[in-house]
Amino acid sequence: MTMTAEPRTGSRCVEEDPAARRFRVRRSAMTSPEIFTAELDRIFAHSWLYVGHESEIPEPGDYVRRPVGGRPVFMVRGVKTGQVNVFHNTCTHRGAVVCRKDRGNAKVFQCFYHAWSFDSEGSLVGVPGRDAYGDDLDMASLGLARVARAESYRGFVFASFDPAVPDLTDYLAGAREYLDLVIDEADGHLQIISGTQEYGMQANWKLLVENSIDGYHAASTHDTYFKYLVALGTDLSVGVSGVTRDLGNGHAVLEYLAPWGRPIAKWEPLFGDAAKQEIGELRARLAAEHGEERARRMCDFNRNMLIYPNLIINDIMAVTVRTFMPVSATAMTVTAWEAAPRDELPEVRQRRLDSFLTFLGPGGFATPDDIEALESCQQGFASGGVEWNDISRGMGRDPQATDEEQMRAFWRRWRDQLDAGEDR
Amino acid sequence: MTGLLAGSLAGLTRTEVEDFLYLEAELLDAWELDDWLRLYTDDARYVIPCTGDPAGDPSRDLVLIDDNRLRMQARVERLNSRKAHREYPHSNTRHLVTNVRLGPVEADELPVRASFTVWRFRGGRETTYVGGYEYRLVLADAALKIRSKRVVLDMTALRPASDVAIIL
Repeated sequence: MTMTAEPRTGSRCVEEDPAARRFRVRRSAMTSPEIFTAELDRIFAHSWLYVGHESEIPEPGDYVRRPVGGRPVFMVRGVKTGQVNVFHNTCTHRGAVVCRKDRGNAKVFQCFYHAWSFDSEGSLVGVPGRDAYGDDLDMASLGLARVARAESYRGFVFASFDPAVPDLTDYLAGAREYLDLVIDEADGHLQIISGTQEYGMQANWKLLVENSIDGYHAASTHDTYFKYLVALGTDLSVGVSGVTRDLGNGHAVLEYLAPWGRPIAKWEPLFGDAAKQEIGELRARLAAEHGEERARRMCDFNRNMLIYPNLIINDIMAVTVRTFMPVSATAMTVTAWEAAPRDELPEVRQRRLDSFLTFLGPGGFATPDDIEALESCQQGFASGGVEWNDISRGMGRDPQATDEEQMRAFWRRWRDQLDAGEDR
Repeated sequence: MTGLLAGSLAGLTRTEVEDFLYLEAELLDAWELDDWLRLYTDDARYVIPCTGDPAGDPSRDLVLIDDNRLRMQARVERLNSRKAHREYPHSNTRHLVTNVRLGPVEADELPVRASFTVWRFRGGRETTYVGGYEYRLVLADAALKIRSKRVVLDMTALRPASDVAIIL
């Protein structure tokens, strides 16, 4: 019996019609438990996922513990090698987690259950009452399990649970150049500032992908933030003016003339007159080092970048590094950090911290309203009656900063990965 | 509503300080934010460190909120407008303040510690914030004012609370 072929999951949810300049996403992609399960299997199990930044563990034995792709892992700088190790956080004996604090420094990770001990390179170094095993305990094969792949790109550490995933630098594709920009702005020494914002929302994770790189919503959703800036003398008449780009492999960026001040390096009245000279000097230094054109991008332009599937690096009024993970079709956890040049002057750092908090994070003047918007979309989906979201904006022109080409880049990759998973 | 008039910080009783903190809680629960702001000095700070980093220093570390008086004013204006979408319409909140402890006066400041639970109800969802308040109170024109309020959360993450769009 021949059966009519059902469109595969990805293609069923993402409909692109270039002739009609229409791009639509089926709302069930944000509500279906089956699609959530498929995403875990086909996307999160086969992508490079952000673990953390090397600056978080500068010294041998420094570690951080966190979930990656929903699985508890930890990242530790090996005492012998100085290299970054990423381990599954589970004892090879009977399973208990061996790293039990979010951060710290340790030479040995001892499982409290039966006291098996592992060193910072993962080797099993202690088993109480080992004589009970005779000569049969193969210590060498019972070290901590490394995640299938772990690589660092200039300090940004990623892991993948798929041994066959392409090398990280190839995977990053066009996103590399944008990562280089934010790292080079910091003279090559980018640092994650201490303090982690851990929050969440009752919305599908892909809504935060869209929102994090959405130039169209800024003026309407974030009116109160813009009012605050304008009241302090910032000229926002430039609006959100720039381009959006598909960076390959699902990565995408929105790059636009900064409507507000940037710690590197665009002065605004809020910074005070005293900061003018210092910001001018910073610009001149970057121009001497990187050339006028690249320095202008570093200083005058904002970038909101997605590294597929779930890492956002937004270099806006400050630099945020944000990752998120679905816990169901309708809820996600979010973890956000702030990045800054390691050797920044204290007064510049203070300005950067202020700029970050005013807009970003769960106590800022903008992020809570994004949370409200995404939860509101999720509630709207539950109402039914409308089958599709429209993501067509700007298909008939060179994509501008308030268009949606960057979201389409994400959705095409999402579609292809979900489809390909059905061939496995 | 006016704040507490007092002769000297050292002479304040715990009951008087409790009355003052209850007044603040009442103003917040009533969304009388302009009156709430009047309880604070012109050089006031309102700080909430990240969950998991209770010692977070806003001059060095990433925190959740680090408002000077200017940003407190902007926060109030935002919440009073209809465009703070996360808080329009406003949540029902209930600030419960307890375990109030007065420290010895330091220079012109009275350190006060207290425990709190803040309940937040909105759109059928309830969330709870639990933690400690650390105040620095001062006398300004014979009235008690808050120069600094630091809110240390006991939750290990803002989940399920999701945000601190309300004032704690």
